[in-house]
Amino acid sequence: MGVKKFIVGTFYDEQVLFPAVKKVRKAGYKLHDVYTPFPIHGLDKEMGLKDTSLHVAGFIYGITGTTTAVSFITWALTVDWQINFGGKPFFSLPAWIPITFELTVLFAAVGMVLTFCWLCQLAPFVKKDHFNPRSTDDTFVMAIECTSKTNEEEAVAFLKSIGSSEVTVENKETGWWIGRYDQDTTRFGKKIEAV
Amino acid sequence: MSLLRYESQVRPPIVDGNKDYHQVTEDICRPVETKPSKLWWIGFIISLGLLGFGVVSIYMDVVYGTGQWNLNKTIGWGWDITNFVWWVGIGHAGTLISAILLLFRQGWRTGVNRAAEAMTIFAVMCAGQFPIWHMGRVWNAFFVLPYPNTRGPLWVNFNSPLLWDVFAISTYFTVSLLFWYSGLLPDLATLRDRAKVKWRKMFYGLAAFGWTGSTKHWQRHEALSLVLAGLSTPLVLSVHTIVSFDFATSVVPGWHTTIFPPYFVAGAVFSGFAMVQTLLLITRKVLGLQDYITIEHIEVMNKVIVLTGSIVGIAYLTELFMAWYSAVDYEWFAFKENRLSLSSPYGWSYWLMMGCNVLSPQVFWSKKLRRNLLLTFFMSILVNIGMWFERFVIIVTSIYRDYLPSSWSTYYTPTIWEIGFYMGTFGLFFTCYFLFSKYFPVIAIAEIKHILKKNGDNYKEEMNKVEEKPLDKFTDDELHHH
Repeated sequence: MGVKKFIVGTFYDEQVLFPAVKKVRKAGYKLHDVYTPFPIHGLDKEMGLKDTSLHVAGFIYGITGTTTAVSFITWALTVDWQINFGGKPFFSLPAWIPITFELTVLFAAVGMVLTFCWLCQLAPFVKKDHFNPRSTDDTFVMAIECTSKTNEEEAVAFLKSIGSSEVTVENKETGWWIGRYDQDTTRFGKKIEAV
Repeated sequence: MSLLRYESQVRPPIVDGNKDYHQVTEDICRPVETKPSKLWWIGFIISLGLLGFGVVSIYMDVVYGTGQWNLNKTIGWGWDITNFVWWVGIGHAGTLISAILLLFRQGWRTGVNRAAEAMTIFAVMCAGQFPIWHMGRVWNAFFVLPYPNTRGPLWVNFNSPLLWDVFAISTYFTVSLLFWYSGLLPDLATLRDRAKVKWRKMFYGLAAFGWTGSTKHWQRHEALSLVLAGLSTPLVLSVHTIVSFDFATSVVPGWHTTIFPPYFVAGAVFSGFAMVQTLLLITRKVLGLQDYITIEHIEVMNKVIVLTGSIVGIAYLTELFMAWYSAVDYEWFAFKENRLSLSSPYGWSYWLMMGCNVLSPQVFWSKKLRRNLLLTFFMSILVNIGMWFERFVIIVTSIYRDYLPSSWSTYYTPTIWEIGFYMGTFGLFFTCYFLFSKYFPVIAIAEIKHILKKNGDNYKEEMNKVEEKPLDKFTDDELHHH
């Protein structure tokens, strides 16, 4: 988090982007992120990202739902207030399957979406610094973080040599803040210096 | 060109015209970013009018009770529950397209899934109105929720199919909404980043939740979509199964049928696809999206219609056979006297259902007719009329002659307020759909871009050229690319 300096390269073809990502990593640059208008399968592996464990979270939420339904209905109908429905047993598990199933799905879905939003910092009024507005249109944007070891000019030249159409050096805020997109706001009111 | 992007030439392109990524964005965002046409306004105002009619009808219901719907002692579920099942069924096609076809990796779903999912949400909203207002004392509607109350607490009956319905429909609505909206986030971000006007920047900035398109976020997004699809698939089957349990678990002749769950699910998909056709044929024309919702899409959906229509047909014949074969007098009476017999008061509705749902879709065995837009539109309306009558037949013809012959004389016809309520849900549905088509991208932009280089017309042309090469050279070229 905080304002950092980035070398930003734009690409227009994923066929160029893929080998470029590989070369950037091989050359030892600190790859911050790649922003794409649509999901590109295999790019996460190429960038060395780990698999997400969101589905594991989904499974845990799901069994929480199952447990909630079975235990609550059992308690309500066998302990708290027993009602005789046509002489059937108080503990009539088969009749509870539909609700148990529905709650499993409900918990898993709601839990996963909330976790997804939490992990990706997605919510109404969340504002972030964007590298290139066309990265949601037709442009693939690669951001390399400048560290103390990075030689900027060399990095710019390197990005151009591996197929980037335009390369810029920019200061960007990496965190998020509460703000609206029609207003010019920054995180903690900090001004970001142009490079 | 890489092997990853190669697709057999047997499959026709599903994005027509010479498109690149930017053109896709432009085409799909155009209806959102330009002023609505006159046709849009006319449609929107008619929908609002219908919605108003519905609101007045509901007011009449709340003030005077469900009695002014002509429901009587014998027929407690008339148009009302018919409409409920009909709307829920329509919603199912959206989930089938977005979830089941995602699991089956059907590329063509990308052209239609967004609108179909929206249709699901609006249809479920309409469906939900019926059981709620049918309660009569609607201010006690919250009694269906298991909350600690001062009546004991007396819990709801977890063994009752009507309560299962409460859980099924509310879960279905919630999950569909989450699935739809999480899919919309990247496209809303596209609109946000293109916005020139202040309110647009604010609205889409708010709606896109700060989406950036980071690869890590896409990775999670893909995982989320896949798991939600995996959850929605059994969910959609469970929802209509549970709706069918409302009937199947009873002892009313004509309802007490074990075939109901699969029969209802097939019928739901059948009517849902018909509604998708109705909506998309209009949408593609009015918004000029023929390149994305192509004749191929229409044809594939017509194939689904003839398949599910035939499944429904087999189900009708099976339940008819079982009614006779069961040797239960009451069951056979319900079929022979209340449905099959044209001289019975509602016999016409059974044969109308048979004609619309089983016979008429058979025209789609012909490829030429499957690709005929006018016929498709006509058929989509016909199927939905037929599917409405299916629910009407199940509900009314089973209960209008119950076990007590003294109450048989009551012929049930709806009142103006009962019809108004139904029309009102059309108003609600289309008002929502018109607003959706104006303010949201009706086609999933990111998903179209994802399949563009595999299924786009211009890219397929290039693949043709690739295929002309000898196989050895082809594989050699492809393997050395990486």
